[in-house]
Amino acid sequence: MLLGPALGVSALLFAIGVGGVLLRRNAIVIFMCVELMLNAVNLSFIALAQQLGVEGQVIVFFVMAVAAAEAAVGLAVILAVYRHQDSVNLQDLNLLRG
Amino acid sequence: MPPMLDWVWLVVVLPFLGFLVNGALSFFRPKATRAISIMGVGVVVVAFLVALAAAAGFAGLHAEEPVLVHLWSWIPIGALDISLTFQVDALSIVMLLVVTGVGMLIHVFSIGYMREDPGYGRYFAFLNLFVFFMLVLVLGASFPVLFIGWEGVGLCSYLLIGFWYSEKANADAGKKAFIMNRIGDAGFLVAMFWIFKETGSLAFQEVFARAPSLLAVGGPTITGITLLLFLACTGKSAQIPLYTWLPDAMAGPTPVSALIHAATMVTAGVYLVARTNVLFAMAPVSSAVVATVGAVTALWAASIALKQWDIKKVLAYSTVSQLGYMFLGVGVGAIASGIFHLVTHAFFKALLFLGSGSVIHALHKAYHHTHAHEDAQDMRNMGGLARWMPWTAGVMWLATAAIAGVPGFSGFFSKDEILAETFAKGHEHPLFFVLWTVGTITALMTAFYMTRMMLYTFHGPNRTGEGERSHLHEAPWVMTGPLVVLAAGSVLGGLLNLPEVVPAGAGWLRHWLEPVTAAGDFYRPEAHLPIGTEWLLLGLATVVAAGGIVAAWRLLRPEALVPAREAVPETGLARILLRKWYVDEIYDAIVVRPLVWVSRNVLWKGVDAGVIDGAGVNGSARVARGVGAIGSWLQTGQVGTYVFFFVVGVLLILRAATRT
Repeated sequence: MLLGPALGVSALLFAIGVGGVLLRRNAIVIFMCVELMLNAVNLSFIALAQQLGVEGQVIVFFVMAVAAAEAAVGLAVILAVYRHQDSVNLQDLNLLRG
Repeated sequence: MPPMLDWVWLVVVLPFLGFLVNGALSFFRPKATRAISIMGVGVVVVAFLVALAAAAGFAGLHAEEPVLVHLWSWIPIGALDISLTFQVDALSIVMLLVVTGVGMLIHVFSIGYMREDPGYGRYFAFLNLFVFFMLVLVLGASFPVLFIGWEGVGLCSYLLIGFWYSEKANADAGKKAFIMNRIGDAGFLVAMFWIFKETGSLAFQEVFARAPSLLAVGGPTITGITLLLFLACTGKSAQIPLYTWLPDAMAGPTPVSALIHAATMVTAGVYLVARTNVLFAMAPVSSAVVATVGAVTALWAASIALKQWDIKKVLAYSTVSQLGYMFLGVGVGAIASGIFHLVTHAFFKALLFLGSGSVIHALHKAYHHTHAHEDAQDMRNMGGLARWMPWTAGVMWLATAAIAGVPGFSGFFSKDEILAETFAKGHEHPLFFVLWTVGTITALMTAFYMTRMMLYTFHGPNRTGEGERSHLHEAPWVMTGPLVVLAAGSVLGGLLNLPEVVPAGAGWLRHWLEPVTAAGDFYRPEAHLPIGTEWLLLGLATVVAAGGIVAAWRLLRPEALVPAREAVPETGLARILLRKWYVDEIYDAIVVRPLVWVSRNVLWKGVDAGVIDGAGVNGSARVARGVGAIGSWLQTGQVGTYVFFFVVGVLLILRAATRT
């Protein structure tokens, strides 16, 4: 089975997601990178479910459901921020600076 | 034990009851002067009667050992077991009768003297409280119980000196008395700790029984303990170097000066030395110090009294001087003579103070009528008062004869006895001859300044003022009555302890006090004077007293005096004496000012403002803010930074998790 390549792709996608969160400034892009990390984890769940049982596949559904909810809330937040600040650039959002 | 002695605690409790009731009345019914008078005077009268019964009961026992009345256990901690116990013995019976008896008369006098004072209830509350503490002092059977009384009378003294507290000088005088007493009390406390360390007890009977076997006679320990005790006495009994508070204490009402600052409280030091006579007998050096300080104080204060114009200041310095005599007596080991002088002094000095109070009262009223603002205590404003106040003048002459040592009066016997015992000790050490000479010179000065005071107050032309003269009159009977009783004591007090040369009834008080003084006398070789020398000393005392009185009568010219307002300032020695040898100024320069300077510049600006406020309070705030500043530098507000730390943290956790 293609377990090794599947986990490799998963790790690559996760790293791209982390890199995107760390390096990009646009809130929507960062949001998409977070989704990318979630789906990278989903991929490794699916790959491992073939050997370890069906629970991995079940959890993927949960993750997809939570991700959908998170997307709804997250996009709403970003929209609200944009209305308030006229920007979704995270460098402009520094109200919490000490 | 006779039933009267079981009830001896009643003597103590009654004045305290009076304090509580009068204290409550002064808050809620300040106008109820009749109730306050009845309560305030009544409790002391009943206390006096109980004391008389106790004295009779004790005399019937013929007891060598003191009777202990145990009330309750106060501080039981391990080896230290202090109980609240009263001790009835020959010495405390004498003190008990003096305190309640003289106290009772002064309470009666106060009814007249303080009648129009708005603080009438407060006055009697404090006076009752004073009697309570004084009785605890003389009845306490251990050092700590005595110390309660010791501190308590100090508190009452403070409260009553500053009784008219709205004037700053009075409040300052109270503070001065309180603070100078604290210096002495520090000595008392250290002495108590030391006694407990050495003997393992603080009860009189146990300490006195154990001290001879545990401590070396004349050794450094016993000398140190007794000197510390004597330091406490110099504070309470106004001896050099701590005497300056007593003249200032005259700021209080005159009956207070009579009761606290002449008859009772200031003699507490003499009582303490008499009570601990075993310890002092074991420390000859300390005893010599006591005698020397006493004699020097007597001379010093008498010299100041020569030139004072304030009638109460004359009496105040006279009190300091007479207390010096008492310490000379107990210092040379003549405990009974010291106590004898204490008793006679209580009579004649209380009488002199109350008499001066009667004079001040009359002058004050006269000036009040004419709305004049003259000093009612300045003798230059008096003169010729005998015409208006014959009773006061008469009894005060009797007291003057007693204090000056006119033969037959009480002071003659008590003072002569102290001087004779000092003279007898001269065979041991020539120092005592010197002290005897000092004492005799002081006796001459005493006769002089007392006659001067009487002359300026009651004789010669009147200087009060034209308008005031018609308002001068004798005090009411409630004030003159106690004066007459005290006059009887001043005249007849000598019968208590007649000298050896008298064929019958000699030395009654000495024999009465023998159970108390015997233990101390064991260490002191008995000094006995040949009968011829005794007569010689008696004759010399007579000559000295007569010399002082006649000298004053011949040398002083009351006619030449002018009222205080018009008087020219003195010059030369008279000025130095009037300003009391500048001792207050010297103390101010070498003690008070440096202390204030150190308090202000080191303790306040340095320690308080600098260390406590600067380093402590503000410093800790600054540290917190600094740490916060470093922390806030991490809070960039950039989500990227937070995520970066988050990822680093996750990586570190993963690394740690995979290691194991």
